[in-house]
Amino acid sequence: MLGSFAVLRKQSLLGDAISHAALPGIAIAFLITGAKDSNVLLLGALISGLIGTFWIRGIISKTHLKSDTALGLILSLFFGFGMLLLTFIQKQPNANQAGLDKYLFGQAATLVESDVWLMAIVTGICLIVLLLFWKEFKILLFDADYTKTLGFNTRFIDILITTFIVLAIVLGLQTVGVVLMSAMLLAPAAAARQWTNNLGIMVLLAATFGAFSGVFGTAISASQNNLSTGPVIVIVAGIFVLISFIFSPNRGLLFKQIRFIKNRRDLQLHKTLSFMYHIAKTHENISHPHAIKILNNFQGYTKGTLQKLVRKNYVNLNGSMWSLTEEGFKTASNLYNQQTENNG
Amino acid sequence: MGSAQIEIQLIASLVAIACAIPGTFLVLRKMAMISDAISHSILPGIVIGFFITQDLNSPLLILLAAITGIITVILVEYIQKTGLVKEDTAIGLVFPILFSIGVILIAKNANDVHLDVDAVLLGELAFAPFDRLLISGVDVGPKSLWVIGSILLITIGLLFAFFKELKISTFDAGLAASLGFSPAVIHYGLMTVSSITTVGAFDAVGAILVVALMIAPAATAYLLTTNLKRMLVYAICFGVFSAISGYWLAHWLDASIAGSITTMLGLLFLVIYLFAPNKGVIAVLYREKQQRTEVSLLTFLLHLRNHIEEEERHVNHLNEHINWQKVRSKTVLELALKNNMIVIENKIVSLTEKGEDFTSQAIDYIITNEDSKIEHMKDDFFLFRG
Repeated sequence: MLGSFAVLRKQSLLGDAISHAALPGIAIAFLITGAKDSNVLLLGALISGLIGTFWIRGIISKTHLKSDTALGLILSLFFGFGMLLLTFIQKQPNANQAGLDKYLFGQAATLVESDVWLMAIVTGICLIVLLLFWKEFKILLFDADYTKTLGFNTRFIDILITTFIVLAIVLGLQTVGVVLMSAMLLAPAAAARQWTNNLGIMVLLAATFGAFSGVFGTAISASQNNLSTGPVIVIVAGIFVLISFIFSPNRGLLFKQIRFIKNRRDLQLHKTLSFMYHIAKTHENISHPHAIKILNNFQGYTKGTLQKLVRKNYVNLNGSMWSLTEEGFKTASNLYNQQTENNG
Repeated sequence: MGSAQIEIQLIASLVAIACAIPGTFLVLRKMAMISDAISHSILPGIVIGFFITQDLNSPLLILLAAITGIITVILVEYIQKTGLVKEDTAIGLVFPILFSIGVILIAKNANDVHLDVDAVLLGELAFAPFDRLLISGVDVGPKSLWVIGSILLITIGLLFAFFKELKISTFDAGLAASLGFSPAVIHYGLMTVSSITTVGAFDAVGAILVVALMIAPAATAYLLTTNLKRMLVYAICFGVFSAISGYWLAHWLDASIAGSITTMLGLLFLVIYLFAPNKGVIAVLYREKQQRTEVSLLTFLLHLRNHIEEEERHVNHLNEHINWQKVRSKTVLELALKNNMIVIENKIVSLTEKGEDFTSQAIDYIITNEDSKIEHMKDDFFLFRG
């Protein structure tokens, strides 16, 4: 859901970076408390995720390094630091340490009831905030400068969105793991984007896609042995994206191709017609029959296009002879006018 | 220091160099995230290669993994070209899906093999020396040393052979194309080298460290210089430095080598990020503050020039009128005095001749926006340096 904002803000890879950056937070939280209380760990992840995000911002705005470099940098550095801490923890004499690395890959099956409640509550809060600040989010998304001139506190809204994205990512970490989190954030939103240009519908669609891929993925992974939940969910989400890419009515590849072919056919038809028009123009009687043969050395001409022209009542066929009808002549001359107008 | 320790440091340094070279170009070409994508998506390639050969040490594995890396790049570009989503979204979509396929393949078929996801992602440098390469029974050193060494040699060879082409196509793709170098060939060549380096290095140091070693030294070097050759050299130095110091940090903490090398890279970047002479955060903040003072000074001088009345030029009045805080107006006043632009008599401020000149030149500049007029002023005054 929040992914929609990430996709539209061109911050798609932020999810990836944050999910990696959360690792040292988890490790530090564990080092401090020494217990594996998931709430504390999540808090740590949230904080380090936020630090990562704002450092990325700082790098982009204060230096000439580009956003991709900043993202990759923070991602790998934080993750490496997290790994250092994790291996350091492993050497510590503490029985609780096992299972910390489960955060790396996630395992939905290990979730307990309290985790689910926590997720539900956070999702609820997200929803409420989203509804409350809907207008502000929307306007910031599409025209940040305008928002500023209207007197909104863009910084505050920005931080709010980012915080919620980080929160959503950190929660999701438990389910699908570090690597796949970015796909969870992006895939539903990218799929939803193909179907609509309306932000509200897009957010709803993304939520639906996300929920569906979650349910399907879990079902598939439960039906077979040895199939971890996270990757299956991601692949299901990926299939959603693929389907959306191909079949969405306006932006989809399939329909784009169909439109493309249709346009090309239309153009060929026009070419044939205008060629005929030029021949017919030289005769006093526009319906004077001509041999089909003279069309042969012309590229846009096929039997099919000729048949189509006949069906449109532009051309009369008589044996191996053709002649323009009154209607065909009119259309063709208009066509010609349109072309010159366009060119002029 | 045992021979194993030397070997580990040697491998780490070689990996650092091998990564720093393509990494520099990736950073310059704004494609840093591609390396992250490649490092994750080579997983299915390795898994499939393993199924074919049933041998983790086969060169076919590296080849297949490199091919998967290139497929990733092509897929990302294809999705991007359809115009349906932006490039970053395309990257973010492609690699998790490929990675998932890899994870599932492992989970379904290779449960009892030495090929678990942790090892792929994190690597373990400490074991590298134990994997020896035996040529006709003679121990010639750790295998990964040879793998990464040969990759490094190829990379350096390619770098020297195509340095000019790489340079041109990185900074001016249009010019490169018009000169007859195909940007596509260079692009995919770079991608291939990156893939192969990633694959060769990940065995020893893990996917995340590969990304860190590619991006971090190059980014750090980029903060210090704008010269490509110098940037390459700096990046290599930073890489090697953090590789060796990271090893000792790990030794001391008894923690993962890959993790501590990355941490060293992070520390190095943080230091440079804060203190780099021209582009560091502190330098930028300082410059911003100076520029603010300079602009204030100019406003102040303009104000003086516009008002002949004495009451408008009284020191206390200035405080209220231009609405500055005490400290700020004092700084500006002192700066102006120091530059002999104003004189203060009985608390009345007036412009000197030099101040008059300066102000009218500044107005000229603001109105015409021509650089030539202020050329000579740059030396004795730091405004307009930008």
